[in-house]
Amino acid sequence: MRRSTDARVLAGICGGLSRATGIDVTILRIGFVLIGLASGVPVLMYALAWLVVPVEGETTNIFSRAINDRRGIRLVIAVVPVVVVTQIVVSALHIGFVGIISWPVFLAVGLTILTWRNAGEAERVWMDDNLVPMLSLGSDGGGRAKLVLRAAAGALLGAGGIVVLILGHPSTAALRPLGGALLVIAAIVVIFGPWWLSLARDLMSEREARAMAEERAQMAAHVHDSVLQTLALIQRSADDPQNVVRLARVQERELRAWLFESRAPGAISEDATMLAEGVGLLQRHVEADHGITVQVVLVGDCDLTDGLRALLNAAREATVNAAKWSGAPQVSLYAEVEPHAVMLYVRDRGRGFEPAEVPDDRQGIAQSIKARMARYGGTVVIRSLPGEGTDVELSMPR
Amino acid sequence: MTNVDRATTGGRPRIFLVEDHTVFRAGVRAELGDAVEVIGEADEVAAAIELINERLPDVVLLDVHLPGGGGQAVLRGVLPTHPEVQFLALSVSDAPEDVIAVIRAGARGYITKTISGGELLQAVYRIAAGDAFFSPRLAGFVLDAFSQMSAETGTLITRLDPELDQLSPREREVLRLIARGYTYKEVARDLTIAAKTVESHVSSVLRKLQLSTRHELTRWATDRRLV
Repeated sequence: MRRSTDARVLAGICGGLSRATGIDVTILRIGFVLIGLASGVPVLMYALAWLVVPVEGETTNIFSRAINDRRGIRLVIAVVPVVVVTQIVVSALHIGFVGIISWPVFLAVGLTILTWRNAGEAERVWMDDNLVPMLSLGSDGGGRAKLVLRAAAGALLGAGGIVVLILGHPSTAALRPLGGALLVIAAIVVIFGPWWLSLARDLMSEREARAMAEERAQMAAHVHDSVLQTLALIQRSADDPQNVVRLARVQERELRAWLFESRAPGAISEDATMLAEGVGLLQRHVEADHGITVQVVLVGDCDLTDGLRALLNAAREATVNAAKWSGAPQVSLYAEVEPHAVMLYVRDRGRGFEPAEVPDDRQGIAQSIKARMARYGGTVVIRSLPGEGTDVELSMPR
Repeated sequence: MTNVDRATTGGRPRIFLVEDHTVFRAGVRAELGDAVEVIGEADEVAAAIELINERLPDVVLLDVHLPGGGGQAVLRGVLPTHPEVQFLALSVSDAPEDVIAVIRAGARGYITKTISGGELLQAVYRIAAGDAFFSPRLAGFVLDAFSQMSAETGTLITRLDPELDQLSPREREVLRLIARGYTYKEVARDLTIAAKTVESHVSSVLRKLQLSTRHELTRWATDRRLV
């Protein structure tokens, strides 16, 4: 069994389970939530499965990485006193019947911390994009609606707590054990407080270090993409002074834009305003990144629209595909501006493939080309035969 | 008559190299190897004209950018007296105006210097057999030139020789496929026509390119100087 990546709400466990058993995923989800609310054990099992079952397309699980994450394990241990405190309060109030506040749930929370910190790159990106906004309910600069939603959720929880308190203990005398519980909580806070604080500080500095490393990596990637690649191109065209001057000028402009106007360079969509310019950028990037010759033939030129930018990005995807998979040393790219459309062909003489027997990962790429084009009303035709290379035909209305 | 005949009868084409980069000359010699007979080299216009007129090679590999007047000067110095000598132009820079100018001056084909050894040999054989050879780049330039002409002078076309100033739909199709990187054989298969027919289409495009008197063709070239 593998955790599903396309049928997922949280970890994709119901999706994976449904694929393994054949039971409809919605039925599984509903059953899961119902039992989870009552006892909390399924929640723990879910968290465990998240940690132990590898995601689709990977062979190792998150646990094999988490075992080396010392700081994460310390965090999980820090949850233990919280569990103890809550259990004391719960037993003092006799509200053990609310399954959601039971120890399995807390353990699940602890495991989720480990999962969060040690998930693979792709899954982490997915979580950052989908789960974080869900949890924060738009706390960072969200709209009015989200603020109202958050206030409503808070009010509901608070009211629920008060109702439980009053209904469970009609006589004030029974609230006396609560006083004892409060004392114990205070003791735990006094003992563990400094430790929690230092843990929080640790996490903060770790976050800062990570942000810094990310920034450095971005900087390195940028310098590589632009400056180093331009230098390589200049070396290659040393016998063509005009071209050297042009390259140097383009690079200077890009670098200035990046340093002083903080505009990210490189992306076709941002830098180029004309089709020829965009095709030139595409050629330069793919040649530099993939060590393949892109032979460009362009007939006509026109202003870039959003649709044509999508066309260029799809063409880039197709060219990179050819560079990666075909094994051919050269890719031909031909673009022609017609009165009502721009036609663009990417062709290689590499090993080709049987379109009917496309492996899953390439299907995804074809989808990304097709979806990108379809969004702006463009069309894609891919022709390929084993041993005869691949021909991708893209057409986008102007 | 065709390249195959030449190869099987052992008649190796006699080649002359006009090119000012010594390194590149040596590279071409090595790539062509024994398949051709290199009968001479020159690195500037005057020497090239003199030697070619004297030795009369089958094919001249002509650098577009040459000290002392460029590739066109060599064509002007040889073709009037010896029209049987065939020229194949090559360059690195791909400035459309230079390429079109050399073709109009009489070269029968154009290739870029990044061409592979095998393709270079193909081109040489084709030119030696009297055919034209269009690289994808040249096909693109020609399509561009002719589409601009018809766009700008749409109504005037009837006044001069319409045959010479426009590409037929079939010629356009052939050029488009060549520009996309198809070989003649693949073009023929794609359009379900004979390979010979592809060749005659290309030759006819070359003829139009060379004989068209429209100054738009030259103007297109100079307009492109900024690109």
